[in-house]
Amino acid sequence: MTLLSVEGLKVYFPLGHGQTVRAVDGVTFSVARGETLGLVGESGCGKSTTSRALLRLVAATGGRVRFDGQDILQLSETDLRGLRRRMQMVFQDPYASLSPRLNIGQIVAEPLEIHGIGTGRSERDAKVSELLKAVGMSPSVSRRYPHEFSGGQRQRIGIARALALNPELVVLDEPVSALDISVRAQVVNLLADLQQERGIAYLFVGHDLSLIRHAAHRVAVMYLGRIVEIAPSHALYTDPRHPYTRSLLASIPVLDPARRRERAPLEGDPPSPIDMPSGCRFRSRCLYAQPICTEQDPALVPVGGGSIPGHQSACHFANALPVWQASANHSVV
Amino acid sequence: MPIPEPLLRIENLTIAFPPARRGGDEVRVVDGVTLSIGSGETVGVVGESGSGKSMTALSVLRLLPEPGRITGGTLHLGDTDLLALTEKQMRGVRGGRVAMIFQDPMTSLNPVFTVGDQIAESVRLHRGLGRKESWDEAVQALRRVHIALPERRASQYPHELSGGMRQRVMIALALASQPQVLLADEPTTALDVTVQAQILALLDELKRETGMGILLITHDLGVVAETCDRVLVMYSGQVMESADARTLFAMPSHPYTQGLLASLPEMAPEGATRLSFIAGQPPTSGAITDGCPFRTRCPKYLPGICERPLPTTRLSDSHLVRCHLYGEAAL
Ligand SMILES: Nc1ncnc2c1ncn2[C@@H]1O[C@H](COP(=O)(O)OP(=O)(O)O)[C@@H](O)[C@H]1O
Ligand SMILES: Nc1ncnc2c1ncn2[C@@H]1O[C@H](COP(=O)(O)OP(=O)(O)O)[C@@H](O)[C@H]1O
Ligand code: SF4
Ligand SMILES: [Mg+2]
Ligand SMILES: [Mg+2]
Repeated sequence: MTLLSVEGLKVYFPLGHGQTVRAVDGVTFSVARGETLGLVGESGCGKSTTSRALLRLVAATGGRVRFDGQDILQLSETDLRGLRRRMQMVFQDPYASLSPRLNIGQIVAEPLEIHGIGTGRSERDAKVSELLKAVGMSPSVSRRYPHEFSGGQRQRIGIARALALNPELVVLDEPVSALDISVRAQVVNLLADLQQERGIAYLFVGHDLSLIRHAAHRVAVMYLGRIVEIAPSHALYTDPRHPYTRSLLASIPVLDPARRRERAPLEGDPPSPIDMPSGCRFRSRCLYAQPICTEQDPALVPVGGGSIPGHQSACHFANALPVWQASANHSVV
Repeated sequence: MPIPEPLLRIENLTIAFPPARRGGDEVRVVDGVTLSIGSGETVGVVGESGSGKSMTALSVLRLLPEPGRITGGTLHLGDTDLLALTEKQMRGVRGGRVAMIFQDPMTSLNPVFTVGDQIAESVRLHRGLGRKESWDEAVQALRRVHIALPERRASQYPHELSGGMRQRVMIALALASQPQVLLADEPTTALDVTVQAQILALLDELKRETGMGILLITHDLGVVAETCDRVLVMYSGQVMESADARTLFAMPSHPYTQGLLASLPEMAPEGATRLSFIAGQPPTSGAITDGCPFRTRCPKYLPGICERPLPTTRLSDSHLVRCHLYGEAAL
């Protein structure tokens, strides 16, 4: 059942001198209840801006964002408050995202206070204890301050805070990118457990493609303000149908020194979101570009004439690309 | 084939900070590290943050942050005893025979000079070329790191370039003095996978052209697998395991190395919802001074044994492990 549906979302930032950054430029996707949708792409492609626009932390320029049927972009501030309880966000930087002056108990209880939930002190304390336990921390840490904790522990605290209002959707913007490898796996497991227990849906933004493959049911690939491919994880990693997705996958280091290969890395940088190229946005770096790619902007449409459920690509040649060599990267043990 | 004389030899290196409190113990952040780098070789140092990777690299340039000190061991660059050099001689080594690059290119680049001027300055200083020749060399250096339109880029300031391009400029600057050893401290950590692949390919190409040795510091095991000839795994200031790259990935032998590799999402079976993980948190440096520093998190901890000094066991020619599971105490 669809929980969140985003249609033609646009977020433009005016720069003055008649220039505009088209950070998000017509993005369409949906997230079902209890599902994880991964969102990947190079930095600057608009992942964070998309995330923020969903929660109205930044104003959308156009499009529609429906949460459980209601159009978030049209709501009054009062109505929005009610919806905000049901959608929360966890940020990348566990150092910057927790207020240094509040203790852990106050940080976790803050959303409860803002929304006037749990009137009595003891009721709130009980709720805070429950939340800290849910993220694998001892309730006794309530009186301590953020600087006393490691990155992984702070990210747990950030997650506890996001869970305080029993949200149905949590937007995770690079939640483990700043953590050490051994701790990263702990937090990813925690997120999976919480999803299973509480049926939460995640929009999981990340740049580690191997991690997203593991953590997400479906994956959307973003390039220069657009989604260029979206598919169930398995299909995206084994049968990618957009040249950009293929370049991204080919860039992941292979975890086996015995299988090193000569690689043709994707050349250059993405074009500027101020001066969008005509036609396909990827054409300046694409191995398969033809004249039509300069003339026509390819739409995100089902691949294989819809024969692969839920698999869409925005490439004129999605059905004509050479067969993809199944990723040598994923070792099954 | 004769074994080539190593370019850089670090033996039994120990680095410490003075006690935080009066009467407390000094804090050892690097403890008994031994490594060598030969010509044309890339040696990887992996480990989580705080394990002592950067301190090890900085000690080669004798650029430890105050009040950190090298408290033991030796450092040799070819025949040169680096610890015996005067500060003035050391300045000639830095950015000369040994160069360093960082995660953030702005650590090396000066925002108020054009990139061409900065590279030309290094060429003048270390190779004694004239003004015009140095500028031409700078343009050539930019071309060598595959910067398009190098003549034009040379006249630009760092802020006018993209992140990937600044990373290339930093590499061009580091290589302008034709160093024998390049210390690369997390050079691709802040980059997208696409740009990371470009930079790693570039370093490999430059290494083959010049025969320099590279010390590559990273916390990314994929980067190690892709680029390193030999690898050292560090934990809490100590080398826990070292091997040639193939052996390390085929036969990880230290419980920490095994735990790290197993926790990677690539290693999870398709469809598994949970990842394998190492319980607990990395220790603060110097917190564990006796025995194995990993014992508080180790699934194979041997009570009463792992508190004893760590044995070093040679599993094969190139493969060393420091763990009681392989020592006599456990037999
Ligand atoms: N407040 C802002 N003003 C102007 N440009 C912005 C602003 N926020 C983001 N951008 C630009 O929008 C683009 C997308 O940024 P972002 O959403 O942060 O990308 P990502 O999260 O994928 O790295 C980038 O070019 C960025 O520079
Ligand atoms: N001024 C200092 N006093 C005491 N310890 C320090 C100081 N500076 C750094 N350290 C410690 O040195 C250890 C090693 O640091 P570093 O080499 O930078 O680790 P890495 O590069 O592996 O992340 C860290 O645990 C850090 O806490
Ligand atoms: S539409 Fe054309 S330019 Fe774009 S990805 Fe496909 S082939 Fe390349
Ligand atoms: Mg972002
Ligand atoms: Mg470091």
